[in-house]
Amino acid sequence: MDFSSLNPVAMIVLLVGAATPILLAALGELVVEKSGVLNLGVEGMMIIGAVTGFIVATETASPYAGMLGSMVGGALVAMIFGFLTQFLRSNQVATGLALTLFGLGLAALLGGDYNGIKPPPTPRLNIEGLSDLPIVGELLFSYDPVIYFSIFLVAAVWYFLNRTRGGLILRACGENHDAAHSLGYNVVMIRFGAIMFGGACAGLGGAYVSLIRVPQWTEGMTAGIGWIALAIVVFASWKPWRAILGAYLFGGITILQLSLQALGISISAAYLSMTPYIVTIVVLVIMSADRKRASLNAPACLGRSFHASN
Amino acid sequence: MSVLLDIQGLSKSYPGVKANDDISFQIQEGEIHALLGENGAGKSTLVKMIYGLVRPDSGAMILNGEKFAPPKPFFARQKGVSMVFQHFSLFEALTVAENITLGMDVAPSRKELSAQIRKVSNEYGLPLDPDRLIGDLSVGERQRVEIIRCLLQNPRLLIMDEPTSVLTPQEVETLFGTLRKLSANGVAILYISHKLDEIKALCDHATVLRMGKVVDTCIPANETARSMAEMMIGGELEMPKPREFNPGEAVLEIKNLSLDSTDPFGTNLKNVSLSLRKGEIMGIGGVAGNGQDELLASLSGERLVDKEMIVLKGAAIGRLGPNERRKLGLLTGPEERLGHAAAPAMSLADNALLTGSIRMGLANKGFLKHRKIDEFAKHIVKEFDVRTPSIKVMAKALSGGNLQKFVIGREVLQSPEVLVVNQPTWGVDAAAAAAIRRAIQELAESGAAVLVVSQDLDELMEMSDTFAVLAEGAMSKPQIAEGLTIDEIGLMMGGQLEGAQHAEA
Amino acid sequence: MLRLEPRQKASNMMLYFTPLIAVALTMVVGGALFAMLGINPFDAIWIIFFDPFLDSFNLSQLFIKAAPLILIAIGLSLGFRAGVWNIGAEGQFIMGALVGGATGLALWGMEGWWILPFMAIMGAVGGFAWAMIPAILKIRFNANEILVSLMLVYVAQNLLSAMVIGPLRDPDGFNFPESRSFSRNDATELPMIFEPLGLHVGGVVALIALAGAFILLQRHSLGFNIKLTGDSPRAARFAGVNPSIIIAVCLGISGALAGLAGLFELTGPAGKLTTNFPVGYGFTAIIVAFLGRLHPVGILLAGVVLAGTFIGGENAQFMLQLPSAAVRVFQGMLLFFLLAVEILISYRIRFSKGAS
Repeated sequence: MDFSSLNPVAMIVLLVGAATPILLAALGELVVEKSGVLNLGVEGMMIIGAVTGFIVATETASPYAGMLGSMVGGALVAMIFGFLTQFLRSNQVATGLALTLFGLGLAALLGGDYNGIKPPPTPRLNIEGLSDLPIVGELLFSYDPVIYFSIFLVAAVWYFLNRTRGGLILRACGENHDAAHSLGYNVVMIRFGAIMFGGACAGLGGAYVSLIRVPQWTEGMTAGIGWIALAIVVFASWKPWRAILGAYLFGGITILQLSLQALGISISAAYLSMTPYIVTIVVLVIMSADRKRASLNAPACLGRSFHASN
Repeated sequence: MSVLLDIQGLSKSYPGVKANDDISFQIQEGEIHALLGENGAGKSTLVKMIYGLVRPDSGAMILNGEKFAPPKPFFARQKGVSMVFQHFSLFEALTVAENITLGMDVAPSRKELSAQIRKVSNEYGLPLDPDRLIGDLSVGERQRVEIIRCLLQNPRLLIMDEPTSVLTPQEVETLFGTLRKLSANGVAILYISHKLDEIKALCDHATVLRMGKVVDTCIPANETARSMAEMMIGGELEMPKPREFNPGEAVLEIKNLSLDSTDPFGTNLKNVSLSLRKGEIMGIGGVAGNGQDELLASLSGERLVDKEMIVLKGAAIGRLGPNERRKLGLLTGPEERLGHAAAPAMSLADNALLTGSIRMGLANKGFLKHRKIDEFAKHIVKEFDVRTPSIKVMAKALSGGNLQKFVIGREVLQSPEVLVVNQPTWGVDAAAAAAIRRAIQELAESGAAVLVVSQDLDELMEMSDTFAVLAEGAMSKPQIAEGLTIDEIGLMMGGQLEGAQHAEA
Repeated sequence: MLRLEPRQKASNMMLYFTPLIAVALTMVVGGALFAMLGINPFDAIWIIFFDPFLDSFNLSQLFIKAAPLILIAIGLSLGFRAGVWNIGAEGQFIMGALVGGATGLALWGMEGWWILPFMAIMGAVGGFAWAMIPAILKIRFNANEILVSLMLVYVAQNLLSAMVIGPLRDPDGFNFPESRSFSRNDATELPMIFEPLGLHVGGVVALIALAGAFILLQRHSLGFNIKLTGDSPRAARFAGVNPSIIIAVCLGISGALAGLAGLFELTGPAGKLTTNFPVGYGFTAIIVAFLGRLHPVGILLAGVVLAGTFIGGENAQFMLQLPSAAVRVFQGMLLFFLLAVEILISYRIRFSKGAS
């Protein structure tokens, strides 16, 4: 076997691409969970984003219009979840599952006519002088714009949550919704807004898969990365900077196993394909094992439905 | 002095109850005005209307000569009305400064706010560190956060809902000092309480509510606690008769019980020891969060401890689960009615089965005896006068007092040999509280040993034969309750456990 | 203004009516969706919701589809009542088929009445073992069972691929990635009990499981403890319920039943292991459990209704050129509507004058 074909620079570039959809979705879910809501429908919102992004992009021939469309699509299905859980007080776990099942079906229905088409390409950054630099240029200055946006979003989410009043209010709703209500904050609307934001992020993550990473539309193409994004939020202990770490770790594992498959290693490809999911489980176990710490990090009202008593 | 707030005929109804009925009174600038009434008299509803959390069905308010109808707390705060809640609206995982910011409508920068917090807290003798997490603060310190949050907005009317129910006597004194200083600076205070001594010591005027109506007004300094109590309940006050105390042999012994809390903000138990005898009611005072939950969990069997730490009738039971302890005669009643002592969305019959299964023989090899379960539930409802249309009603549909009667009744009617209860009358109306206390006393008279954990010192002094304090996870030596003065108890609560010089029980 | 007012007692009428309301709403909104796709909504709804129960050929498919749904949903409903969210039934279903199938292949060529029951037991063991992974990780390490059980679905799917490409491939099968056919072999074929409704042995086992669940929930303290844990974990602990046991029991039962369903699918309708061994039952069963209000009788009805939509959906595919995904949209929509109208059980809608 020839391992020399595993070029580390090329692999890091691929890793970032594999990690970005997960990172986007995880950031959105992180904000949702910080507000006290557990939305298990990430997978559904991502696949909806993947298909709406793909449709808009091919119809308008603009990948950017497609990305905008994916965010709208993701936010719209998230709105169903928000309406049910926040206004009709439905069970968040069940509603999140419903969102995933519904999203997978609806995406397949919408995408029926778009199988096997190539979407318009998304240009990569190309700054003269910088992007041409050996190694550094490839590693830092030649990605597509969404990757830079995802890094920016990490910083923006961190800043919003930790440095702004709006972020403080959002966290307050997640910590103690009764107290937030008694201080006069509209818990339901704040959470509803967070849910929409989460939907838009997941949608964009989905579009990244269908427009840039693959790029093609196939049914069920998100293949569980929405669920991995949920696990990343736990891994990150609800901290944006650690979400980036988690997402890149998973990107790395995915790329490594794909490279090994490409090398024609003697292990069946199916076994290698399992690894990201198994690693997710291992990471979840490690992060959850210390109960006291886990309960300190998690928003105290996570998953509990809020009902103003008067 | 001029009128600050004029309340004119406020009414508010909820399905089935008229919470406030044509309430009128006035609050003067800079006065400390007491709102007096039993639980359920309508005090909370009234202040929620003043603070904009609830909108009145009819009536009007005039604040400083202007019409005042706040649709939201924001508008009330804008007009200078602030409120300190009975159950704090604080966020444990956030810092003091963050909590204060959240309660302000226009918040200054972090740095400036920290400086302001330090300034105000020193001015009013309420020391606080802006960067600490709320979860790490004592209950008294948490209340300071609430008060400072209000003070930073320069209120003209400060509403305080039962502020002392969670404080040690020393903390109460500090609070009163702060309130008097505020009053001298022209801030009016609406002080809600049912503690008559406090009102007599602190307040300039009092308005008495009963069943949603204003029934009387008075100047507390000119009244006795007894006369105000009679205004409050609208009848003659029955004084409890002292019980005879002839304890039998020890049935429950706790030996050097230590237990780490599972709550990141909880208190660990440190070497708690006591001995409880037949016919004895031992009161355990202390402010919540000092290890009460941990003590209860270790006695109920929800948390297991070393085998020898708990001995019941000579048997070491520290490692037995709740049902094995029930079998041996040790029953418990937790503080939280809904979601701990009772399952909210399950029927009363199911909730009777919840702890009654073993001693009442409600199941046979795991198969449930529905007729016996229903009979037991009906028996509790009848004996403890639980007001409910049927035993098929969900626990959460009952009022606090009725559910508490059901929960205590469920344990008492299983004839325990040792009963441990935490806050048996918390948030319960006076009639239900009296019934619960009577039932506990009767149980002790019949020979059972009872451990009552409570924050309500008056209640403990009324009921207990012996008394001890739980402070920061450690327990003082139990002493004969009769004759203990409030100062001695205060010293015990402050952590100086051996401070009070008293005959050992 | 509409206002929600809590009820003193859960409305029994609404308890039974809400699933019907949800089905009706799904038909209306789904009909609108069909009209948008250019398909006659009345034809489509007739074919999907009514025809499956009126046509004798369709009826002969009914329990073939309903049996696995019911069997899995029964197990899931126990967990959902306790707040133990096993959403990886799909993986346990696959593992049941895989382990039971491997057992059958190991015994290939042998004859005897005991082979199929033995395979069924091994199928149940396979599903049980797969479900014990999230159970143990939850009990021991507090790891979220939703995510773990779901991750294991993907692992199971990959494991299935690896097996049918590798050790379990049919040696006489021209290198196709599939196993020997269990349904064309006397010792491993699942017997049909009542042809007109498609009731095979698996269907009968599903009905027995229904009865067992009914007794457990209504009459036994274990069922009571499951319900208690779901309503209030703290009260359950106070009542002496060990939460670890509840987690293990709920995941164990649902895993075993899902594994059993997988084995019945393998030896009956599917016939053999392939890389795309019947997918979706494990997820659709979640809808069945909720639509059936987590109640055994409800699950029976819901399983039949959802099985009907499967059959109707397939018919609509070739009769109306309805995309295959449309039925899944329907099923997702059904669950949404069900969750939306559920509020009517514990709240009353009041019209009040003015804002409040």
